[in-house]
Amino acid sequence: MSEISSTSPGRKSVIPFRIRMEKRIKEPPPWFSSLISFIAIIFSLFLGGIVIAFVGGDPFRSYAHIARASFGNIGVISDTIVKATPIILTALACSVAFRMRLWNIGAEGQFIMGAFGATAVVLIPLLPAETSPWIFIPTMMVAGMITGGLWGFIPGYLKAKLQVNEIITTLMLNYIAIAWINFFIFAVWSEGGFPITMKFPTTAWMPRLLDYADQLPVLRGLTSHLGLLIGIGAAVVVWYIIYRSRWGYEIRLIGDNQRAAEYAGINIARNTILVMILSGALAGLGGVSEVGGVVHRLQTSPVAAGYGFTGIIVAWLAKLNPFAIVLVSILFGALILAGREIQPSGITRMIQGIILVSLIASDFLMRYQIRLYRTAEEA
Amino acid sequence: MRQITDIVAEMRGIVKQFPGVLANDQVDFELQRGEIHALLGENGAGKSTLVNILTGLYRQDLGSIRVNGQDVNLSSPGDAISVGIGMVHQHFMLVPSQTVTENILIGLDQPRFRMNLQQYERDVSELGQRFGLKVDPRAKIWQLSVGEQQRVEILKILYRGAQILILDEPTAVLAPQEIDQLFETLRSMVEDGKSVVFISHKLHEVMEISDRITILRKGKVTAAGLQTSDISQPELAKLMVGRDVEFTVEKQAQVPGETVLEVDNVYAENDKRLPALQGISFVVQSGEILGLAGVAGNGQRELAQVLSGLRKCIDGSVKLNGKIISNTPIKNAINKGVAYIPEDRTHVGSAPNLSVTDNVIMKNYRRPPIAKGWVIDADAATSFAEGLKDSYEIIVPTVETPVRLLSGGNLQRVILAREFSGEPVLIVAVQPTRGLDVGAIEGVHRLLLSQRDAGAAILLISEELEELFALSDRIAVIFEGQLMGEMKDGDVDIIGLMMTGTPLDQIEPQGMESNV
Repeated sequence: MSEISSTSPGRKSVIPFRIRMEKRIKEPPPWFSSLISFIAIIFSLFLGGIVIAFVGGDPFRSYAHIARASFGNIGVISDTIVKATPIILTALACSVAFRMRLWNIGAEGQFIMGAFGATAVVLIPLLPAETSPWIFIPTMMVAGMITGGLWGFIPGYLKAKLQVNEIITTLMLNYIAIAWINFFIFAVWSEGGFPITMKFPTTAWMPRLLDYADQLPVLRGLTSHLGLLIGIGAAVVVWYIIYRSRWGYEIRLIGDNQRAAEYAGINIARNTILVMILSGALAGLGGVSEVGGVVHRLQTSPVAAGYGFTGIIVAWLAKLNPFAIVLVSILFGALILAGREIQPSGITRMIQGIILVSLIASDFLMRYQIRLYRTAEEA
Repeated sequence: MRQITDIVAEMRGIVKQFPGVLANDQVDFELQRGEIHALLGENGAGKSTLVNILTGLYRQDLGSIRVNGQDVNLSSPGDAISVGIGMVHQHFMLVPSQTVTENILIGLDQPRFRMNLQQYERDVSELGQRFGLKVDPRAKIWQLSVGEQQRVEILKILYRGAQILILDEPTAVLAPQEIDQLFETLRSMVEDGKSVVFISHKLHEVMEISDRITILRKGKVTAAGLQTSDISQPELAKLMVGRDVEFTVEKQAQVPGETVLEVDNVYAENDKRLPALQGISFVVQSGEILGLAGVAGNGQRELAQVLSGLRKCIDGSVKLNGKIISNTPIKNAINKGVAYIPEDRTHVGSAPNLSVTDNVIMKNYRRPPIAKGWVIDADAATSFAEGLKDSYEIIVPTVETPVRLLSGGNLQRVILAREFSGEPVLIVAVQPTRGLDVGAIEGVHRLLLSQRDAGAAILLISEELEELFALSDRIAVIFEGQLMGEMKDGDVDIIGLMMTGTPLDQIEPQGMESNV
């Protein structure tokens, strides 16, 4: 079917026109996609406003409140960024895998394993507590990327060698990752019988803006940490790999047409494994940033908070573009933060949901155009 | 002579504007009862748009359609079938895991709840017998050959009571014998009073099967309802492309050089792990074109894949300039100068959503100047693509355009540009002109010959005998994975016998020289 009709044939209608959706013959211009996304967001805020008004709230005040709660002053902007940081990394992780049409929905588990790797450096301890942060933090990052990468390697290897469906394996490995850190939190590294580890020494903390408040008083109380820079740096690296490197070219070619890639002499199995490792390592880096920059210990609830799953959504909304991922992550960080501020907190989740549905639905307009026909013309 | 006054469908003044292109410009089309009416035109001439309007897939901007003398308003394929118009698309729309009968019943109101399949199976086979469409109603679609699947598509339309059948390039997927069978079916349908619109750009088929011909060029009708008996094939070609077409390409005599490709007793399996190649041996020399004739599915695809490294052979060897290239990584064959023009342009030969640039660097992105270490030099890639765009006359706004927006002929030029730009020593071309229009075919033929004259060894695998005769220096025939023989001068009858499984040495010599 190349065209769908919204009205059934042969029925007389009182409305003097008919709406038809016709498949676009020509590509819409490049800016069209951004415009449609923007309209979709405005439209979803409008829909959300109707719901808020329906339950007796004032939509304008609610939105103003949400905006203030996430962007109102430098303090909350910083908090928004803190929330956005892990999402940037998990979304980047998902985007590289999705680019090759590897459906890695295990960023959550890879994120957790990255947090575990960073924690292991501190708590085994691989490095003594008095080590300089200049050595400590890079070591934690490398460790987290290795453990996260391992969590990506396993499904990648199974897919490449045995054609095991990666959706199943990555999903299942999420639960194994949670069970794995629970074992360490409850049994090995338990802090006084509580399901948390001890707090990291400050040498293992990622530097935060407030650390520089002595020199620059404005920064007092701002918890944004090095993770943001890591995230942005990772976005640049991912962009460069995908669009400028030979490897990225192979990934894009495989993702667009696997048979053509094979025909071009590209080793699909090898790339499957490598891309899954990269994806896992990026998500793992997100885990490192979260334990090193925010939580400062390993603990199930704030670490395994679903950042890996949010990353899937963000990667799609950003159409796999690394820089768009940074922006969309900040939007989602803001909504998460606002959810803590306004009551009922479900409102922001509802808005998140409506935005998501609108954006996905708006993709339809990229492929179809809507036309009106006067019924009179047809008679 | 049939009665030709009874008009069943009439399209008047059809205009359809697509952004940037006027696909149909005041097109008139008239279909009579009991005729086979060929709709002829190059790719992009507006044939598909016209029949898509007639089957309710598109809506005309201007113009009217009358069916059996009544004005009709067709806004969906359902509307079209309700007035008796049905279409067999080039790409079949069947459910592979279901049976023939189930596929025919899909979307109908009957049976309502209980599937009384036996009764419907009887109906289906009766209908099939009536029109010479032999197919087992209980067979699952995936078990059927392409030709049989096409019969199911036709049955599907007949079952829905269609009086007007539109067939979009029905012969493109068929073997010669199947084409004959299809033509018989079409004839029996028109004898039954049905009408057929036959879309094609194969002139000889149109000459053979049609009663009348309407020709479209660039959205306009250049000839309406010509009697096929009143016109010759060259005249048709001229009306279609607007200039004289050379049917025989100028070919210089060429002395073949050294042996480039040596295929020695190769055995290989197909995707279903059944034997596909059973001991194939031949050589191709530099500066010659070896044509490989055969009915589709006799191992041609597998042979091309073995040569390009995409498929392993289980026995025997393939040597390129004396070095074994069989069962080595695909990259090895590419680096040694094997160019491969696959049969399937969109699914194998190109990446549809990537740009022209990304598509032309597929084979040389690993080497300088495109590669700089592990980075791809975007400027070098762009200028490489620009260069190919100019020298191969690829018509595209910019080299950043995704190739899915290119027409078949242009896409094939992208692929040829990529494969030929590496100065290949061996070219394996499989059906390089399939689905292209006359003008584009001519261009492809010229390019192949220029590569031959430049000293490449070329294996041309084709189902078009005309093409093989025009281009090849020698012609070999493949049947069930074995070579039946090889000859220098094409004799259609002998090649026909070989294509149906008679080895050349068993064919009675008819006083003609043959070269084994």
